[in-house]
Amino acid sequence: MSKPINPGDESQGTLPTPEHGIAVSDFQNTAHEEEWRPPLPPRPSNLQLLAEQTFTPPGSLQRPKKSTRPSLISKATTAISRTDIHSQSYQDGSRETYATSTDTTPSKGSPRNYGSLRRFKAHNGSEGDDSGSVRSYVPTLEATGDVESLLGEVLSAGQESPAWKLQSGQQELDNPYDSIGFEDDGITAEFRHEFDDIGELDLTGNNEEELLNLWKSKRKHFLILSSAGKPIYNRHGDNNLISGYIGVIQTIISFYEDSKDHLRGFTAGGARFVIMSEGPLYLVAISKLGESDSQLRVQLDALYMQILSTLTLPTLTHLFSNRPSTDLRRPLQGTEPLLSALADTFTRGSPPTLLSALECLKIRTSDRQVINNTLLKTRCDSLLYGLIVAGGRLVSVVRPKRHSLHPSDLQLIFNMLFEAEGVKAGGGENWIPLCLPGFNKNGYLYMYVSFLEAGDGNDDARSKDSERGRQDEVAVLLISAKKDSFFDLRKMRDAVVEELETSGSMAIIKSAVQRGRPAATDIIPGTVLRHFLYKSRGNVQFTMPSYEPHFNTLLARRRLLSQYHTLHASVHAKTSHLKVHHCVSRDSISLAWVTPLFELYCIAGPHSSRNALAQSANKVVQWVRREEERVFIIGGAVF
Amino acid sequence: MSARASTGSRPGGQGRFAQFKLVLLGESAVGKSSLVLRFVKDQFDDYRESTIGAAFLTQTIALDDHTTVKFEIWDTAGQERYKSLAPMYYRNANCAVVVYDITQASSLDKAKAWVKELQRQANENIIIALAGNKLDLVTEHPDKRVVSTVDAEAYAREAGLLFFETSAKTAENVRELFTAIARKLPLEQAGARNLRSNPRPGVDLRPEAPGTQGAGACNC
Repeated sequence: MSKPINPGDESQGTLPTPEHGIAVSDFQNTAHEEEWRPPLPPRPSNLQLLAEQTFTPPGSLQRPKKSTRPSLISKATTAISRTDIHSQSYQDGSRETYATSTDTTPSKGSPRNYGSLRRFKAHNGSEGDDSGSVRSYVPTLEATGDVESLLGEVLSAGQESPAWKLQSGQQELDNPYDSIGFEDDGITAEFRHEFDDIGELDLTGNNEEELLNLWKSKRKHFLILSSAGKPIYNRHGDNNLISGYIGVIQTIISFYEDSKDHLRGFTAGGARFVIMSEGPLYLVAISKLGESDSQLRVQLDALYMQILSTLTLPTLTHLFSNRPSTDLRRPLQGTEPLLSALADTFTRGSPPTLLSALECLKIRTSDRQVINNTLLKTRCDSLLYGLIVAGGRLVSVVRPKRHSLHPSDLQLIFNMLFEAEGVKAGGGENWIPLCLPGFNKNGYLYMYVSFLEAGDGNDDARSKDSERGRQDEVAVLLISAKKDSFFDLRKMRDAVVEELETSGSMAIIKSAVQRGRPAATDIIPGTVLRHFLYKSRGNVQFTMPSYEPHFNTLLARRRLLSQYHTLHASVHAKTSHLKVHHCVSRDSISLAWVTPLFELYCIAGPHSSRNALAQSANKVVQWVRREEERVFIIGGAVF
Repeated sequence: MSARASTGSRPGGQGRFAQFKLVLLGESAVGKSSLVLRFVKDQFDDYRESTIGAAFLTQTIALDDHTTVKFEIWDTAGQERYKSLAPMYYRNANCAVVVYDITQASSLDKAKAWVKELQRQANENIIIALAGNKLDLVTEHPDKRVVSTVDAEAYAREAGLLFFETSAKTAENVRELFTAIARKLPLEQAGARNLRSNPRPGVDLRPEAPGTQGAGACNC
C-alpha cells in the first residue's frame, strides 16, 4: 500500500505562469507553431539546486520542515504540449485566428504576475531569459494562501482570451459527453454495442463474414496466444472465427522476436496494436479508443497477472518448457470470465487501472481506527492480510509489518469479487486459492471471502441472496498462506462482524456506501468541475467524485475516461516534463497537474473559464489535504 | 476442515439435531453449484460462471417432526487445476454428491473416477450419491440424452451409491436427493463416530502443501 515516493529530481507542486506553463492545447494549425513558440531558455547552470530537494516522507502532504527556501527545479522546456486530439473540431479559419491571438494576450499581463519568477531569480541568480520556461515554484502544498494566490492571481489578472469568449458564445449543450459526433475520438454510438456477444459460427460457416464484420466493429480487442501460436484468450468471438488473424499476428510477432528486435506496437487501420511478450505468452491489445502505448501495456500486464494468479509463474513456465505447444486454455479453464471482466473494465475505462491506484471508502479517521483495531484484535495466527471492502472500495486493511499489498493484486481481487460473476453469484462463503503476483508470483495464497448481508451474521442471513447487486455490499476478505485455515478465518470473520456490529462500525460503513461518492459540487460548492481524479502518489490511492450528474451513461463515462487517458498520457510521456497541462475542447476544458505528491486531473464544462478551472483545481488539492486521512488509508493496521 | 457431524438435542426442542459435512464433486459445468443453489436458496441462474475455488454453504432440513439435519456443504470447482485441493474438502466428509451431466458421456466417466477416489481415500463410511443433472434438457429434447438412466442406475447399484436424475433448473429430485442422503446418514451414531474419527477439530493438512508460500517470501 505504501510505496515510498522517490525523493526525486522534481520539485514539489509547481505552478505555471499561464502563458507558458499551462500547456494550451493545439487548436490551430501547426503552421502557426513557429510564430508563437517562446524561445528555448538556457538550462539552469546551478543544477545543485535539484539535489537540495528535501526528502518528503511517503504518504504525507506535509512540506518538509527543514526546507528553508523553495525547492526549485527548472527544466528547460517550451512547455507547450501539442495534444492534437481536439484539433479536428476547429476547422474553420476564424478559430485558428483566435488561437493565434491567445498567445499574445498573456504578454500584456501586468508584472505582478511574475511574482514567482522574481523569487526564483533571487535565489537562482540567473536572469530574465529564464522566464520563458521556469514553471517551478514551491511551496504549493504548504501554504494554502500561496497556492491560491499563485495560480489565482495570475489567472485572474489575465484577460479572458478571445478564444474563451468564442467558446462561451457557442451553444450550450447540457451534456456534451453524452452526445455523439462532435469529435472523432473513436467513441461513437457503436460503443453501446461494444460488449454485445458476436455470436457463434453456424454449422455451414455461412455467417462468417457477417461475424467478422461484427468482430471488426469492436473498438477494443485483447488477444493472448502462446509463442507457438496457440490461441489462449480472445475477448470477442470464438477462436475459430479469428484463427486466421491469430496466425497473422503470431507470424508478425515471431518475425521480430526471431531477429531479437521485439515488436512493441504498431498502428494499422486506425487501430493501435500493442504487444507484450511475457515468457511463453504474447499478449496483444488492439484499441481504437486512443489510449497510449504505456496505458495499454498496463492493461495487458493486468491480464498477464490474472493468468499468473490462476497458475503461478513456475506452473506456467513448467507447462511450456515441457511442451511448447501446450494448449493453455485447459489449465486456465474458468479464468476466461475473469479475463473478460478485466478486459471490459478497461474498455469501459477504469480510473484505478489508469492511475494504478486504489480507491478507499471515505469515512472518519476515528471510525477507520476502530475498524483497524477490530481487525487487529480479532486477528488469527494464520492471517496474512485482512481486508474489509465495501462497494468496491477499500475500508480497512490489516497486514504484517513487512508486507504491503500491491495495488495490482488488489485489482485482481476486486475484479474477481465485484466484476466477475463467479464468486458473488455463489452466495456462500468462498475459499479461493489464488496467486497474488505482486506479493509472490511463485505460490498460492488462500482467500476467504464472505459477503455480508444487511442485518446479522447468522447462517440464514449469510446464505440469503438478494437481487441487488453486490457492488454495494460489504465483504470481508481474509488471506492466508495456509490452505487448511478456512475454519480459522471463518471464526475470525464471525468475530470481526460481531465486533463491527457492536461498535457501530458496520452501520457507519453501510451508510458511507449508500451515500456513494459526493458530487464534485458537494466537495467544492459552486465549482465548475464536473469530475476529477486525484491520486496520492505516496499512498498509491486515488479519490474521485461521483460520476453523476454529468456522466451517467456508458458512453459519457467512456468519453470522460478517454479524456483522462489523454491528459494522463500527456503528462506521463517520457519526453515531456509537463507539470501542468491544460486542454481545451468543445466538450470540456481540462487540467492535469502533476507533482511528486499527487496527480490531479480535472474536467470542467466547455464554457467554464480557465481561471475558475484553476481555482477549483486548487480547491481540490486543499480539500484532499484537509480530508487526507478520511479519503485515504494511511498505513492501515499493521501487526 | 473438520468433520463436524454431531447429534444432540436441539436447544429448547425435543428432537434430534445432526450436522454433517457434504462435498460436491464432478466435472466442471455439470451443475454442481446450480444443484446447491437450488437446494439452499431455491434459485436458479441460467447463466452461471464457473465456481472459483470452493464455496461453503449450509442448509438445514427437517426429516420429520423430531429430526433436523444440517448440511455443511462444500461446493467445489470442477476444473482440473483444483483437483489437488479436493482431498481437503472430502477428507472428513460424511457424504458426497458426485454429479454428472446426462447429456455429456465424459462427465459420467469423470464421476466414476471421483467415486473411486472417494471410496479409496475418503472416510470409509462416507455416503455417496450419484446425481445425473440437467434432466430438464432431455425432457424437452429426448435426443440430447447420452447417458441412459438404466446404465447409470446399474452402475450406482454396483458401486453402492444413491442415485437420482435431477434438474437444478426445474428443481426435480433436488430436495429428494439431499433428503435421501440425510435419511441414510447414521443419525444415532454420528456423535460416537465423530469422536473416533476426529480426535481434534481442524485436521492438519499441512504436510502436503507444496506451492504454499510462507509469509517471508515477499518480493515486493
